[in-house]
Amino acid sequence: MTPLFSVRDLRKTYGGRIGCTDVSFDLYPGEVMGIVGESGSGKSTLLNCLAGHLAPDAGQVFYDTRHSGMLDTLRMAEPERRMLGRTDWAFVHQNARDGLRMSVSAGGNVGERLMAVGARHYGQIRAAATDWLGRVEIDAGRIDDRPSAFSGGMQQRLQIARNLVTGPRLVFMDEPTGGLDVSVQARLLDLLRGLVRDMGLSAIIVTHDLAVVRLLADRLMVMKGGHVVESGLTDQVLDDPQHGYTQLLVSSVLQA
Amino acid sequence: MTQDTHYNFAYLDEQTKRMIRRALLKAMAIPGYQVPFASREMPMPYGWGTGGVQVSAACLTPSDTLKVIDQGADDTTNAVSIRKFFEKTAQVATTESTRAASLIQTRHRIPEEPLREGQILVYQVPIPEPLRFLEPRETETRKMHALQDYGLMHVKLYEDIARHGNIATSYAYPVKVQGRYVMDPSPIPKFDNPKLRMAAIQLFGAGREQRIYAIPPYTDVVSLDFEDHPFEPSKANHACSLCGADHTYLDEVIVDDRGGRMFVCSDTDYCATRQATGAAPAQTATSQPQEAQP
Ligand SMILES: Nc1ncnc2c1ncn2[C@@H]1O[C@H](COP(=O)(O)OP(=O)(O)O)[C@@H](O)[C@H]1O
Ligand SMILES: [Mg+2]
Repeated sequence: MTPLFSVRDLRKTYGGRIGCTDVSFDLYPGEVMGIVGESGSGKSTLLNCLAGHLAPDAGQVFYDTRHSGMLDTLRMAEPERRMLGRTDWAFVHQNARDGLRMSVSAGGNVGERLMAVGARHYGQIRAAATDWLGRVEIDAGRIDDRPSAFSGGMQQRLQIARNLVTGPRLVFMDEPTGGLDVSVQARLLDLLRGLVRDMGLSAIIVTHDLAVVRLLADRLMVMKGGHVVESGLTDQVLDDPQHGYTQLLVSSVLQA
Repeated sequence: MTQDTHYNFAYLDEQTKRMIRRALLKAMAIPGYQVPFASREMPMPYGWGTGGVQVSAACLTPSDTLKVIDQGADDTTNAVSIRKFFEKTAQVATTESTRAASLIQTRHRIPEEPLREGQILVYQVPIPEPLRFLEPRETETRKMHALQDYGLMHVKLYEDIARHGNIATSYAYPVKVQGRYVMDPSPIPKFDNPKLRMAAIQLFGAGREQRIYAIPPYTDVVSLDFEDHPFEPSKANHACSLCGADHTYLDEVIVDDRGGRMFVCSDTDYCATRQATGAAPAQTATSQPQEAQP
């Protein structure tokens, strides 16, 4: 099987400071990879480089495109990368406000990606939005409400619907449950797990919460100081951590 | 040639006019594209059409005949002051006749009389960026134009339908020019949108925002819409109470203190010309409002 996504020797620095460096990995179709590490370890930097939101200093980010097979997305023309970013890829921000248009109705938020790729039938756009609101457990009666009237958990679910409406194959998530109440987190994780399974999504999930990766991720990368210090199957890494830093990370969770 | 020695012809210095003409040529070469220009201070406030005035100043020649309209009328304060400004600074002939004018500066309307080749229509533009409503960042809207990334424009129309049941946008209705750039036609009523494809040159000037754009003669201009909510250039369901025209954009005028109203052509020159040639309303009557113009 060929990977869906393949990263080689990625590096991003800020001035002289390392954001992330020497990152290489393959992600296979249907696979969910977690990226864990303490605050400042380079998780968001890496994720943003992978998703094309930040320009890395070096490295390659290959993606198995539907039309032309494996392409280095860093060398794509901008329109092509932008199209990828709104069709085959999705990005879920930690803060729903960064991923939603707060002045646009829930239906408009979900419909935007469809309109961006050429949908021009109002009734069909609205039907798709209604369908997706249902799939993220938002009452269809809220379709014309603005996200500012939604709770934090609903906003996050709306952001997910807005991203998944074009049927992407690869989803990037940065702390998708961060900042939410524990009970709300659990519900969101259940929902995400269901969607990942039902849609056969591949995903890369950044989190500092090991419970999140335990539930969602097939594989793990552990980051420290911009480097990947350990990687492997989730259960393996969490149950038998090899690197001292991972051991610390796991034990601090057990204590908590 | 007699010139007021206090002013350069048409107020602006030749350097500035040359700079504006370069922007105009670029705008004509890329229909619908917003060309930045170094807008000058004019002796009138922004919102009074300083962008349009600068474009007109750069286009006027001593042999031109100027018409200025505001909401279709030649006699509003704004139109009168701009006309006086050019009478004083350029000594050009002025007219209220659409046919007689070689250059027409307008705010909020396109004349009813079809314009012909050789005429220039200059629009005063308050906000040139059609995507501003949903995306305030200029870096982002520029990129959207560059990449023809116009989904957001339809989000705005979607919101309209979701909220009002139909596309309620009735002024500044967005258009796509020659299949490429999405453009704000300035706050003309959407009734005027079909006229945007015309024989005359159309120039748009935004003073405060420092942008110039253009539609060359016979350029395709398409109003954005949805397949199941097609664009409709609506007007009040009446005929003009003065000239009887049933094909013009009408203003609603209150005629007494009991709520009586009548509808009259907003284009005063067109209406007066029709009346002068014997056109009259089918029956003279004021009416209660049916479908008010938005
Ligand atoms: N925009 C930036 N400018 C300068 N340094 C940054 C910037 N963003 C992140 N960094 C630095 O890069 C490192 C990694 O940060 P980040 O990727 O945000 O980590 P994490 O997401 O794991 O908390 C940190 O040292 C951080 O201070
Ligand atoms: Mg982070």
